[in-house]
Amino acid sequence: MVFAYLIHLLILICIYLILAISLQLSVGFTGLLNLGHIAFYCIGAYASALLALNGFPFWICLLAAGILAMIFGFLLSLPTNKLKDDYLALATMAFSFVVYAVALNWTSLTRGPLGLPGIPKPSFHIPLTTYNLQLTTNFSFLLLTFTIALISYLIIKKIISSPFGKVLEATRDDELATRILGKNTFKMKTLALMISAFFAGISGSLYAHYITFIDPSSFTLLQLIPVLCIVIIGGLASLKGTVIATIILILLPEPLRFIGFPSSIVGPMRQILYALILLLILIYKPKGFYGKIELE
Amino acid sequence: MLKIKNLKKYFGGIKAVDECSFEIQPETITALIGPNGAGKSTVFNLISGILKADSGEIIFDNKNITTLSPEAISNLGISRLFQQTRLFNNLTVKENLLLALDNEDTKFWKNLFGLNKITEEKEEKIREMLKLIDMENFENTLAKDLSYGQKRLVELSRAILNPHKLLILDEPVAGVTPSLREKIAEILLKLKKQRKTILLIEHDMNFTLKIADWIIVMEKGKVIAEGAPEEIKNNPKVIEVYLGE
Repeated sequence: MVFAYLIHLLILICIYLILAISLQLSVGFTGLLNLGHIAFYCIGAYASALLALNGFPFWICLLAAGILAMIFGFLLSLPTNKLKDDYLALATMAFSFVVYAVALNWTSLTRGPLGLPGIPKPSFHIPLTTYNLQLTTNFSFLLLTFTIALISYLIIKKIISSPFGKVLEATRDDELATRILGKNTFKMKTLALMISAFFAGISGSLYAHYITFIDPSSFTLLQLIPVLCIVIIGGLASLKGTVIATIILILLPEPLRFIGFPSSIVGPMRQILYALILLLILIYKPKGFYGKIELE
Repeated sequence: MLKIKNLKKYFGGIKAVDECSFEIQPETITALIGPNGAGKSTVFNLISGILKADSGEIIFDNKNITTLSPEAISNLGISRLFQQTRLFNNLTVKENLLLALDNEDTKFWKNLFGLNKITEEKEEKIREMLKLIDMENFENTLAKDLSYGQKRLVELSRAILNPHKLLILDEPVAGVTPSLREKIAEILLKLKKQRKTILLIEHDMNFTLKIADWIIVMEKGKVIAEGAPEEIKNNPKVIEVYLGE
C-alpha cells in the first residue's frame, strides 16, 4: 500500500518535472513570462488521449502530443513575439483560457465536462514479434515516465548549455543588444516557446495515460500555479533548482491528506501552502534555491 | 561607404533629425559632434535600424538599409556600441564576447548535436581581445560583477569582435576615468592603424580631435558644418554652437 503510494508520488514528480523544466526554458532561460504553459499540457493530454482511444499506438500518441503542442507554441509565438513582460503574461494567459474553453465546449470531440474516460495504459509492440508489452502496473509506468523525464532533462540541459542556450539567455538579458549582434531574436523566442510547448505536450500525454481520465478541470490556470511556483522557488535559469523544487512541492502538501480534512478543503489548503512558500522564498531568498537571476 | 540622404525623424512636433545628409568615407574615423539634443544618437538609432526614418535614405555599401531590421543591418556589417552599457549581465565576459563572433549559435540542430564547437581560433580571438583591454583574468566573471569602466571595455570589445565593415560608437568614453579614456583612445588608434572605418559620437573635444580624421557637426537635427579637425576647431559656427554667442 505504502509502496504503491510512493510510486504514485514518484510518477507525479516525473510528470511535473517535465512540465517545470520546459517552463523553466521559456521563463527562466529566455525571459518569456509564459502563463499559457498549461494550455500546451492540455493540448498534449487531449491529443494523446483522443489518438489512443482511436487505437493508435502509445509512441505515436506521445509524439503527436508533443508535436501538436509545439505547433500551437509556434502559432502562439506569432502574435505574441513583440510582447514583453506582463503584456506577454496576459496574452499567454488568454491563450490558456481559450484552450480551456475549447476543451470544455467542443463536446463532439472532447465530451466537454464529461471528460474522456478509459484512456488506455501504454503498451509497446516488440519489433519482429507478435508480443505487446503492456505497462499496466504503476511500477512499469514509473520506469517509462522516469526515462522520458530523464531524456527531457538531458535534452533541455544540452540546449541551455550550448551556444544556442547562451543566445536565449542574451535575449532574456537584453533583446535589443542581442539583435544588434545580428541574432534574430524573433526566431530564437519562437524556437524556445516551441521546444517548451513540445515537452509540456509530452507531460500532458503521460498524465492522460497515467490517470486514464481527463476533463477540462485538470487544465485550468490553477493547475499552473504549482508549476510556476516550482520554477520560481527552484530559481530562475536553474535546472538543478527546478528538480529540487519539484520534489519538495509535490511532496510537501501530501501530509494534508492524512490530517483528515474533507477533500473540498485539501485543494484550497494546497494552494494556500504554495502561496505561503512562494511568499517566504520571495522575501528571504528572492533568487530561489539556485536561481541565476532575480525575479523582476 | 555610408551615405545619409535627407534623413528625417520627428517625434510628434519635435524635429529630432531634420533633412540630415552626410557621407562616411572608408578607412577613416569620423566624429559626429554637437550639443545635447542635436540628434546624434537618433541618427545612430536610424543607422542601426532601431528607429525607422520618416523620410530620407541610408545607403550602406551601395545597399539601401533604411527599412531593415537591426539584425539585418548588423549582418550587413555595421557593429554598434551603445551610449549606456548593454552587456548580458548574467553571462560571463567570455560568453558575452563569444556571442559577437558569428551567428552559428542560433542554429538549433547544430547546437543540439554539439556540432557548434568553440574552436581554438575563437578562443584565441577572445584571448587576444582580453589581453588588449588588460582583462585576461576576467574571462569567467559575470558581466554584472564588473565595474562600469570594465563593462565599457568589454562592450567595446564585443562591438569590435562583431564582424563589421563599419563600427559606430556612441560616446565610447562617456563617464570613464582619465586613464580608461587613454586606454580607449589607444584601442581606437590601433583600429585606425588597421584602416578600420569608424563613426563615433563624442562630447570630449580633446579626445575627438586626437583620433578623428573628419568631423561632422550637428545642431537641431541638421548638419551645420563638416571638415578636418583643425578646420572645425576654428569654425565660427561651431564655436557659437558650443560656447554661445
